[in-house]
Amino acid sequence: MKVELHDLVKDYVSGGIPRRVLDIPAFTSSFPHVLALLGPSGGGKSTLLRILAGLEHPDAGRIMIDGTELPNTEGALRGYRASIGVVFQAFNLFPHMSALRNVTLPLIEVHGMTEEEARKTALEVMGRLGLAEHAGKFPGQLSGGQAQRVAIARALAPRPRLLLFDEPTSALDPEMTAEVLALIDGLRQEGVPMVLVTHQTGFARRVADRVAFLAGGTILEEREAGDFFADPRSEEARRFLAKVLAY
Amino acid sequence: MPATLILDRPGRPSPAWAEGAWTGLLFLLLAFACTALLGGSVALTRGGWEAVWKFRGVFASGWLLTLVISTASLLLSLLIGIAAALLRRSPLLPLRSASILYIELIRGIPFLVLILFLYYVVFPRVGLEERLTAGIVILSLFSGAYLSEIIRAGVESIPALQIESARAIGLTPWQTWRFVILPQALRRILPPLAGQLASLIKDSSLLSIIGIGEFTLAAQQVNSATYRTLESYLPLALGYLVLTLPVSLLSKVLERRLSPES
Repeated sequence: MKVELHDLVKDYVSGGIPRRVLDIPAFTSSFPHVLALLGPSGGGKSTLLRILAGLEHPDAGRIMIDGTELPNTEGALRGYRASIGVVFQAFNLFPHMSALRNVTLPLIEVHGMTEEEARKTALEVMGRLGLAEHAGKFPGQLSGGQAQRVAIARALAPRPRLLLFDEPTSALDPEMTAEVLALIDGLRQEGVPMVLVTHQTGFARRVADRVAFLAGGTILEEREAGDFFADPRSEEARRFLAKVLAY
Repeated sequence: MPATLILDRPGRPSPAWAEGAWTGLLFLLLAFACTALLGGSVALTRGGWEAVWKFRGVFASGWLLTLVISTASLLLSLLIGIAAALLRRSPLLPLRSASILYIELIRGIPFLVLILFLYYVVFPRVGLEERLTAGIVILSLFSGAYLSEIIRAGVESIPALQIESARAIGLTPWQTWRFVILPQALRRILPPLAGQLASLIKDSSLLSIIGIGEFTLAAQQVNSATYRTLESYLPLALGYLVLTLPVSLLSKVLERRLSPES
C-alpha cells in the first residue's frame, strides 16, 4: 500500500483565529502492512488520520492512496469512506442495535448485501474475532474491550482496503487494552493494511512496519519501525521516545 | 402484607403489577369520594341528567369537533415542529434566526392572547376568515413551537461520536437519520412528546373563545340552556380524559417497544 501526501494543509478556526494543525509539504510511504503515526498530543496525528479516513477535508493539498486521489466532494468521499474501515477511541457502536446488527447495518445499507449474506458475513467475521457468543448482545451489555472488538468486526466485515485506528485503546483498562491489541496484532499477521494512531508506543514498536513521527503539525521523519526506535533522527522524536519509553 | 407492596426500592423491587394496582385503587377511592361529595346534590337536582340528556347531540358534535381539531393540529404541529427543529440546526444563520424568533415569540405569549391576536388582528388582514381552519392553524402554530424544542433536545442528545461513526461506515445523511438518530431520539422524546400532544388536546378548549363549537363551547351552551353545572361539566371533564389518556397510554407502549432490549 502506498500513501502520498502533497502540500497538505489543514487549519482549525477557533474564536475567529485560524490555527494551522497540519502542514505536510510532501510525504510518501509504501508499506506492506502497518504504519504507526506517533508523536506528542496536538501534533496532528489524529487530524491526519481523520483526513485519511475521509472524515475531514484538507484545506489544500492532495492525498493519493495506491495511486488514486482522494475525492473532494462529499458524495464521492462517502464512497471512499465505505471502502476503508475506521475504529475510534470509544463509543463506535450504535447502542440501540445488537452487536450483530451493528455489523450487518453497513453491509446491507452501504454495501448492498442481502440480509442473509450480511448475517453470514458478519457472523463469520465475529466468529473469527472470538465474538460469536456476543452477537445478540447490545453494546451496553458488552465490556469496553468486547465493544471495541465488535467495532473492529464492523470495520473489517466489508473487506476494507485499509483499516484506520484512532487510539483504539485509550478508553480501556489494561486488561481490555491487551485484548484489543492482541486482535490488531492478529490482523497484521493476516496482512490487513493498517494505519494506527496510538499512545501505546511499546505496542507500535511491535506491530508497526513503518513509523511516521508527527510534531507541530508536520511529519518530521518516516522510517522503518526498527530503525526509528533504535535511532530516531529528529531531536523531537528522540525526546519523545526518551519520555514515553522511560517507564 | 410484604413491605415490597408499598415500598419500591433499588435492590428490593416491588412486583411489576403493584404500581398499576395502587393507581387503580386510588382511582376507585377518588371516584367513591366524588360520588359521596356530589351524591347529595345529584339527588337534590332530580331531573338534571334528563334535562342535559336532551342535549346529547350537542355534546357529541362538540366532542367530535374537538377530536377533528386535535387530530388535524397534531399532524400540522408535528410538521411545523420538525421543520422548526431542523431550521434551528441549520448552518444558514437567517433560517436559524427565523426559527428562534418563531419559537420565542410563540412561547412568550399566553395562548389565549395568541388566539385573540391572530384571529381578530392578523387573520382578517390575510384573508383567513374561516373559523375552524383558523383555529387549527393557531393551535398548530402554538404547539409546534413547543414540539420543535422537544424534538431538538432529542436530536441533540445523540452523541456527535455516533454521527461520526455513521459517516465513517459510509451511511448517507438520510440513512444516518433513519437508522441512528431517529430511533434513539424518538425513544427519548416520547414522554415529553406525549405530554405536549395531550396539552394540545386540552388547549383546544380555549378555541371556544372565538366561537368554535368544540367540546367546551358545547358544554357551556348546554349549561346555559339547562342551568345544570354538574351535569354539563362532569361529562366535559370525562370527555377530555377519553381523548388524553389513550395518548399517554400509547406513548408508554411505544416506549417499551422502542427500548433496545426488547
